[in-house]
Amino acid sequence: MYDVIIIGAGVSGAAAARELSRYQAKICVIDKEEDVCCGTSKANSAIVHAGYDAVPGSLKAKLNVRGNELMGGLAKELDFPFERRGSLVLCLSEDDMFGLQELYDRGVANGVKDMRILSRDEVLRMEPNVTDKVYAALYAPTAGIVCPFGLNIALAENACENGVEFKFDTEVEEIRKLDEGYELDTSRGILRAKYVVNAAGVYADRFHNMVSDRKIHITARRGDYCLLDKETGGHVGRTIFALPGKLGKGVLVTPTIHGNLLVGPTAVDVEDKEAVNTTSEGLKQLLEKAGISVKNIPAKQVITSFAGLRAHEDGGDFIIGEAEDAKGFIDCAGIESPGIASCPAIGEMIAEILRDRMGLQKKEHFIPTRRGITNPNALSMEERNAMIIENPAYGNIVCRCEMVTEGEIIDAIRRPIGAKSLDGVKRRTRAGMGRCQSGFCAPRVMEILARECGVSMFDITKSGGESQLVVGTNKDMI
Amino acid sequence: MKDYDIVIIGGGPAGLAAAVSAKQHGIDSILIIERDRELGGILNQCIHNGFGLHTFKEELTGPEYADRFIRQVDQLQIEYKLNTMVMDIGPDKRVTAMNREEGMFEIRAKAVILAMGCRERPRGALNIPGYRPAGIYSAGTAQRLVNMEGYMPGREVVILGSGDIGLIMARRMTLEGAKVKVVAELMPYSGGLKRNIVQCLDDYGIPLKLSHTVVDIKGKERVEGVTLAQVDERGTPIAGTEEFYSCDTLLLSVGLIPENELSRGMGVEIDPVTSGPKVNESLETNMDGVFACGNVLHVHDLVDYVSQEAAAAGRNAADYVIDARNTDSCVRAGSAEDGGEQEIVLKPVSGVRYTVPSVIRAVHMDEELTVRFRVDDVYRDCYVSAYFDDERVIRKRRQIVAPGEMEEVKLTREQILQHPDLKTITFTVEEA
Repeated sequence: MYDVIIIGAGVSGAAAARELSRYQAKICVIDKEEDVCCGTSKANSAIVHAGYDAVPGSLKAKLNVRGNELMGGLAKELDFPFERRGSLVLCLSEDDMFGLQELYDRGVANGVKDMRILSRDEVLRMEPNVTDKVYAALYAPTAGIVCPFGLNIALAENACENGVEFKFDTEVEEIRKLDEGYELDTSRGILRAKYVVNAAGVYADRFHNMVSDRKIHITARRGDYCLLDKETGGHVGRTIFALPGKLGKGVLVTPTIHGNLLVGPTAVDVEDKEAVNTTSEGLKQLLEKAGISVKNIPAKQVITSFAGLRAHEDGGDFIIGEAEDAKGFIDCAGIESPGIASCPAIGEMIAEILRDRMGLQKKEHFIPTRRGITNPNALSMEERNAMIIENPAYGNIVCRCEMVTEGEIIDAIRRPIGAKSLDGVKRRTRAGMGRCQSGFCAPRVMEILARECGVSMFDITKSGGESQLVVGTNKDMI
Repeated sequence: MKDYDIVIIGGGPAGLAAAVSAKQHGIDSILIIERDRELGGILNQCIHNGFGLHTFKEELTGPEYADRFIRQVDQLQIEYKLNTMVMDIGPDKRVTAMNREEGMFEIRAKAVILAMGCRERPRGALNIPGYRPAGIYSAGTAQRLVNMEGYMPGREVVILGSGDIGLIMARRMTLEGAKVKVVAELMPYSGGLKRNIVQCLDDYGIPLKLSHTVVDIKGKERVEGVTLAQVDERGTPIAGTEEFYSCDTLLLSVGLIPENELSRGMGVEIDPVTSGPKVNESLETNMDGVFACGNVLHVHDLVDYVSQEAAAAGRNAADYVIDARNTDSCVRAGSAEDGGEQEIVLKPVSGVRYTVPSVIRAVHMDEELTVRFRVDDVYRDCYVSAYFDDERVIRKRRQIVAPGEMEEVKLTREQILQHPDLKTITFTVEEA
């Protein structure tokens, strides 16, 4: 019997696990996928919003602003890439200025610091590639960009280091209320816990509704994105939004933390909660819409496109807290944008709820910090050579586009909650994330995975499950 | 820091031929830097025949063709480093490289020959919609897996793109026991060589669907199928023409991109049409003493032409080093900076997409200069012409020209010298 089972190893579940790992408790995170960061957390805008979007008084408003404040410190403690680049919301016409003012006022009410409304000239000086039609913009310097994988993985690794157990490929099928706690039927047998945290992304309504009569409903809202070559990363220096419309925040154009340019997302409600397929209409619409706010987007430099699902709850706000008619079942549902920005505060909030509810005591030896995979490209030649003498694998470039060494890939595989698949290695090291999209390095990474994990090439998958990369040897079908 | 006269970036067919040529033209201090495990580059995975018909008058496989040059490199005792990645080239031709044994190190070069080759365009560059399961490979990656490592990437295959690698892989996968269901090509013509369509598709009964593309990829974990649709003249899919093919593998052969990240980093000017450096008659880039050849310069159809071009680059680099040795400064007598010579601009017009080189300085020209280019469409029964300013000087009758096959026109120094005030040479395709 666990004290707490957290369903979902995305940013919310991992943040909750990390904050709970400060306390003396037996905690397990379970996820149906083979790794952390496989759902909504891996395919989003990777923006740490400033916090002017949400309605004052909402959980989204409170946790966004708090999460934004915490992100800088957390990035230092847990060694993941984060930068406060600032964001601009563009207003294209004088008639829409009330909308911009409203955003500003909301931001002030939510406690967002240092916002300013900039004139057309100020905006164009700051961002010369913004559309010439810009009339004014809301500038929020506290907004940032983060590596969503880095954030999620760092939280999970640190939780693991502090004693949290992780079970992957473990899908919850049924949840039953016991006299004390809950029983979970999973694809890997029955698990029991006194408390359950439901951080299951687009599936959070399914699990909530298994134990509560006060039903919630989550819509999977798909968003397509295009990622552009690093050559275009300087096209804009900040995150550029258009004034929000009914279905979200329009299409944003942003540099990513690794120097690419990201355009997205669209917003289409879908029935299938696994439907992360991009569509031709979506991708077309995306590049057209992006052109409204930023000019000359080099569409020919797209290196990949992808789609993610936001978990939109009908009420429109995050649902965080103990279900009223299901004692010990803590929801963390409806975590759509600004979920990434909010996750440090979501973790904090869930840990506080459980601390008070369970009377948890602090651990004596909580380890607050975690070292990420060393990025040799950030080192001097001397430091790099010292590293190569100690471990020659750091002298061997495997991914040519992102200049990722064998040493980094081995580290990604061997560390706690290590990579098991090609995508797992990619999210941890960026091998395969560059302009050739793993054309050169995929066979090399597969080889390293097979060697390090002691399995055959036939067992190596792209992303777990049935996603094997090679199906046989030459002529075995003849 | 070590010094070399010539550092060659890349040990594929271009780098090898350039090295051999530079050595034969009097340079001893040469270093080839290769990132892979062996010399020969992409030829090592091209185990089919058809290489070397022009160069050796016999039909070789890729590895055999490479071996001819590797032997020469060994015989001439040209130095090379394997498993070594060039991280950066400075504008001063300082090369920063790294490998397991030596760590990160710097090399100073008098001349640099860029011979990094090209990479395949990924799926994202086409914005093909659908899921992102396992089983989507670029044709070259699949070729490496099958031919060098012995693994089959799948059993039922659809290929998008009729570039040469795609065509070759259609045959290869068939011979290894896979079922290749169809090759789809976005354009109304193939991007590959005619002989490959015949020998790799027709001979095996593999259908080629021109003006078709992939509009959806099905399968959440592994590819389960793809939907093809016909496209209109602008390449937009036509509703109602969708056809589903069940398969576990999609191979992409949708274009090659010269790998010029290092070139750009050092300040080499890139031609937006070829994605390769802009070069003059000596295959020298805008950077003094930096030459380019092979697929990094422009994507070739036959390796024989790569070897020829690279031999010229190697010879020119050798001349550059020798000239520099004979003068006190590193700037050659009569180089463009002195204004002592006339630059003739080569201009591609109607039908011709680009030319390599893009400028000629007559004083530096050999007796004969091969100008290479590609056309933008299939033209039958036409002329390939060159106009010296307004005067038509060259007119070659061609039965057919196609984007998949490189064209060439030879210019002689005599022709150029006969036109003293020549400013522009225009290349064009004309109706017969």
